[in-house]
Amino acid sequence: MATVELTFSALPAHVRTARLVATAIARRTGVEESLLDEVRLAVGEACSRAVEAHRAHCPGEPIRIELRDDSGRFEVTVSDHAPSDEIHLEQPLDLGTLSDSFMTGFGLAVITGLADDVEVFPTAKGTDIRMSWPATNGIPAS
Amino acid sequence: MDLKLDHHNEDRLTIVEVEGEIDVYTAPRLRELLIDLVNKGNFHLLVNMEKVDFLDSTGLGVLVGGLKRVRAHDGSLELVCTQERILKIFRITGLTKVFGIYASVDEAKEAHGKDK
Repeated sequence: MATVELTFSALPAHVRTARLVATAIARRTGVEESLLDEVRLAVGEACSRAVEAHRAHCPGEPIRIELRDDSGRFEVTVSDHAPSDEIHLEQPLDLGTLSDSFMTGFGLAVITGLADDVEVFPTAKGTDIRMSWPATNGIPAS
Repeated sequence: MDLKLDHHNEDRLTIVEVEGEIDVYTAPRLRELLIDLVNKGNFHLLVNMEKVDFLDSTGLGVLVGGLKRVRAHDGSLELVCTQERILKIFRITGLTKVFGIYASVDEAKEAHGKDK
């Protein structure tokens, strides 16, 4: 198992960097080219969500991403330290209730629609979003 | 790639040209442009997304916000987009039912003209 960890300040400009790193490692791990756009978008959504949550609750805390090559899967975990305030994804679409500043539920809906496997779970400090895609080869351990 | 924005008027339609990435970092610039256009009386907007490389939910939120603003003036906000990776995001979120999405600026202009 090879792991890459990345921590970054809760600034929107860093989300693009996180996307680029995740896409590069996904490619090297053997994720199919046709899935790389999905990896890029899903990781970007998870990081955007974390950045917005940290800016609202704990702007000084860094956000952590863990990228793993794990038994034929490329797995990404985005961890935040902010209280969870997600809306339910099952809510019907109502234009009048949607905010144009940030649509948390839409972010999660996009992640769920793109990642091959997604888990969202609360931790002692905040929320972890773990997602994974099939990968054909591993990153060399050394 | 950063975000490039431009706009021009054709008849009663304001065409907004968007190029690059619309994400949590760049979306505020698009939001400001849409607000500015509406504040200046442009209530029929057509956002050309053919050169958009990346769009996330923050960008979707800005487009929804723009739509709400123009609708408050009986206006419209429609999109030009044929890129599958961008259309997929609209489908996942159900927003294909909210926005008019056209294959070209000409097609959108023709449809817009028929609505008059």
